[in-house]
Amino acid sequence: MHTFDVIIIGGGHAGTEAASAAARLGARTALITQKAATIGEMSCNPAIGGIGKGTLVREIDALDGVMGRAIDRAGIHYKMLNSSKGPAVRGPRAQADRKLYRQAVQEILREYEHLTIIEDSVEDLLLTPSPFQGEGRGEGDVRGVACASGREIRAPKIVLTTGTFLNGLIHLGEKKIRAGRVGEAPSIGLSNTLKRLGFNTGRLKTGTPARLEGKTINWRILEEQKGDEQPTPFSYLTERVTVPQISCFITHTNPATHEIIRENLHRSPMYSGQIESSGPRYCPSIEDKVVRFAHRERHQIFLEPEGLDDDTVYPNGISTSLPEEVQHALIKTIPGLEKATILRPGYAIEYDYVDPRELKPTLETKKVSGLYFAGQINGTTGYEEAGGQGAIAGLNAALAAGGSKPFILDRSDAYIGVMIDDLITHGTTEPYRMFTSRSEYRLSLRADNADLRLTSRAIDIGCVSSHRAAIYRNKEVIHNVSRETFLNLSMTPNEAMAYGIKLNQDGIRRNALELLSNPNVTYDHLVRRWPQLGEIRPDIKEQIEIEAMYSGYLDRQMEDIESFKKEEKMLIPENFDFDPLPSISNEIKAKLKAARPATIGSASRIQGMTPAALVALMAHIRKSEQLKKSA
Amino acid sequence: MFSDTIFALATPHAKSGVAILRISGKLALPTLIKLTAKTNWQPNLAALSVLRHPSSGETIDCALCLYFAAPRSFTGEDVVELHLHGSLAVIREMQAVLSEIPGLRHAEPGEFTRRAFMNGKMDLLEAEGLADLIEAETLQQKRQSQAQMHGEMSRYYESLRTQMVRALAHLEAYIDFPEEEIPESVIISLKDDIHQMVNSITSALDDGRKGERLREGLTIAIIGAPNAGKSSILNRLAGRDAAIVSPLAGTTRDIIEIHKEIAGFPVTFLDTAGLRDAADSIEEEGVRRARQRAASADLKLIVFDAGQPIDSESRGQIDANSLIVINKIDLNSPRESGGPVVANAINISALTGEGMDALMASITQFIQQKYHTSESILITRARHRELLEAAKAHLRRIQLDAPLELTCEELRRAAVCLGKITGKISVDDVLDVVFSSFCIGK
Repeated sequence: MHTFDVIIIGGGHAGTEAASAAARLGARTALITQKAATIGEMSCNPAIGGIGKGTLVREIDALDGVMGRAIDRAGIHYKMLNSSKGPAVRGPRAQADRKLYRQAVQEILREYEHLTIIEDSVEDLLLTPSPFQGEGRGEGDVRGVACASGREIRAPKIVLTTGTFLNGLIHLGEKKIRAGRVGEAPSIGLSNTLKRLGFNTGRLKTGTPARLEGKTINWRILEEQKGDEQPTPFSYLTERVTVPQISCFITHTNPATHEIIRENLHRSPMYSGQIESSGPRYCPSIEDKVVRFAHRERHQIFLEPEGLDDDTVYPNGISTSLPEEVQHALIKTIPGLEKATILRPGYAIEYDYVDPRELKPTLETKKVSGLYFAGQINGTTGYEEAGGQGAIAGLNAALAAGGSKPFILDRSDAYIGVMIDDLITHGTTEPYRMFTSRSEYRLSLRADNADLRLTSRAIDIGCVSSHRAAIYRNKEVIHNVSRETFLNLSMTPNEAMAYGIKLNQDGIRRNALELLSNPNVTYDHLVRRWPQLGEIRPDIKEQIEIEAMYSGYLDRQMEDIESFKKEEKMLIPENFDFDPLPSISNEIKAKLKAARPATIGSASRIQGMTPAALVALMAHIRKSEQLKKSA
Repeated sequence: MFSDTIFALATPHAKSGVAILRISGKLALPTLIKLTAKTNWQPNLAALSVLRHPSSGETIDCALCLYFAAPRSFTGEDVVELHLHGSLAVIREMQAVLSEIPGLRHAEPGEFTRRAFMNGKMDLLEAEGLADLIEAETLQQKRQSQAQMHGEMSRYYESLRTQMVRALAHLEAYIDFPEEEIPESVIISLKDDIHQMVNSITSALDDGRKGERLREGLTIAIIGAPNAGKSSILNRLAGRDAAIVSPLAGTTRDIIEIHKEIAGFPVTFLDTAGLRDAADSIEEEGVRRARQRAASADLKLIVFDAGQPIDSESRGQIDANSLIVINKIDLNSPRESGGPVVANAINISALTGEGMDALMASITQFIQQKYHTSESILITRARHRELLEAAKAHLRRIQLDAPLELTCEELRRAAVCLGKITGKISVDDVLDVVFSSFCIGK
């Protein structure tokens, strides 16, 4: 049988990023999926990006991942969200042609020579058991997988990205169907394996709306929503989006819709007690919206075409698990949808997830060495969240297989770092989604500067193509030189007056960057004085303008980040024994043992942590290190 | 290196011979220079110097000053020690002056130790010992702050916190969910919200009642029916004839004060006019003042004559901040009955001095229980003030025409300051408000 360095189980968004990341590092990688044709499938809404999520996509791209490049070959409706607000909170988003997206992902994956795609269903993990089995000190090392076909595939590192397939159960009204997606079998065997290994699992829920047939919708009466005139690409490699652009449309529910929902609430699995697990609060079903916000007379629905030559329409905003006939009835009350045909009913799906506090920052499990989790299995939701974790898990699996140091992004590096830290420190009780408000350093961590933040580090570990590396290095040099220019050019308030720039007449000479940070000074003002600034590349000019706009704030954040980094650098040894710590209360010990933080910084973010306990912890770590050294 | 410079009292916050304030960080030496106007500081050499207010030039104290250059110091950073005269007023003023200097702030609990440790300055056993110490301190602080956090203060912080979280959540909803139908009113009400928060913090900072109590000490009012022997008790407490004593009811008309120190607190005893329907307008004024002072006193000694029936006016004064004293037990045997009033009473004779020790013991116990402060609580309080000031400064920096995310940044920083008082404000708090206030989700 083949032998690999890394096996990825699952061909969703986490799986594809993990597979491509491992392959980019040169690891012999296998991606095992039930159906190779569904790799890159968008199971839910046909869109990539959004606020916070768009930043994740850019970060994946900065690591030379798949998602950004794929959406740029498939995006049919681009929109820069929050374009009227500041750059730190802008979010690129694009509706995708689902078929084009799938094709793009598959095409990109085919380019990796180290990547083998295998169609099979993984039923069990093969382990070299640890002598300490059952003692909470690790259950052993992975060495491969056993498939439904009977074959065993070997690799020292395995990334599990099972999405909603782990013990998946679809709810459609009173009906319950065991499935990972409609028409696709769930993974029951793996779910049992994880339970056997003692992983702490829970159930989460998510939902999807009915799909409608486009030609049965009365588009004429609906409000049109056009995309951006000039699509902003996701990938730093894409110069221009050439996919044809189309519009989305908006309609609303009304009291008649709500009436039908209220009358049939008892048939919704969410309300009948059939589903007990938690769903995301930011992605509520239409029955949830009607119950929780009873005063609202209408709720918005975005009608999103699923493709250029696909007549399927995704009615974003009415996810539901009501019985099919109720879905028919309620959709008919909605303006424009009076005669709409349902191609496929909406449903809710429950699936297993593992408490992400079982993970290290590399996304390797603490229990089983060599086993990594990424995506919905860790309690997240969203393609972008899955992709970001996939990249980190894939990179680290490959690095570990090659005996290299791990690649960790922390809260001050990237949204990916914020997400992973949130997950492994606090766990989650609802599907976790990225928001900009989750990032305390969001003025610094922006969608526009993901490459400047991450690509250099990615080049260092060797996961970036030479093509991208060259483009990036070029940009970096131009950025540095341009910034230098801005710092070296200066004028006094008196001189500025001559160019129509009004400043405090304080006689202080200001450099071009300082001038630009004054709200009364525009870039054009500066070009009048220094024409050479007009020749700076637009993306570099944008970076400098943002730096000027957030000046002061960015400096303060830099200080915060420095002290944050200092604590992040203080590592807590992996097998550190918290029990003998004399001056720490049992309550805090229990929390430390449950979370097993990797750094002092991460320990300090555990709720209820006291400064004294931290000092004691640091003292003990240093002591045990010294003992080791002297031994 | 840590970016900011911290300071804290290294000795207990109490009256003492010497109080040591320690400053650690990059600004330690510049601060010393600012305070003393002397620039030629040699490391490890103590020098006596006058400390002056950097802007007003007023003298704060004459102190022994020590400068330790990094890394040869307790924390491994530049450290300055000011050995002040151990007066509460001097300590307070010095702390206030230091916290006004940009870049300086009060240390968090354990922060000196943490820095020392992180800079590799700490012997292991020492670090552990210190951790124990801090833990003890923190526990005490926790107990203290829990006690303190009841009632008005707690309601205040809670409401301020709720306001901040709400304001932040509304803005965040506006940022993170631009396609949802979030009402514009959210942004419009922001201006009022911020204004209100700033005002609220300003008045909280102005309300120095607790600080004043320590500066001015506690007040104990002696009240009771005429001729119950209040003035005799005062004289006993004073150890001299401070008040005129006569067998005539209504002898004391104005308030007579004596000062003592009990349990480390300056205490003022007030002898007041007997509570009765006054015989003339002067006495009437005396009785009015007596009632008024009784109401604002920290403790009331309510005196009854062992030989007289319990009068209802005095009885009505009994509350949690009072001690019941039955006087004249030399003339009458202590009452056997009389219900709960008598059951909790301290029996004394101001004339013979019998029972006065027990009375003093009860007063001491009351003060210790109610007002005893340790170092930690004062630091916490100074920190609270400083954190509130910082929160206010952030709120005031908000400009509504600036980009929304900068407003959020200031609000978030203000909330972090407050979080250091009340416990953390987490992202989840904000998201909870977002999801419960708005119908979000396409």
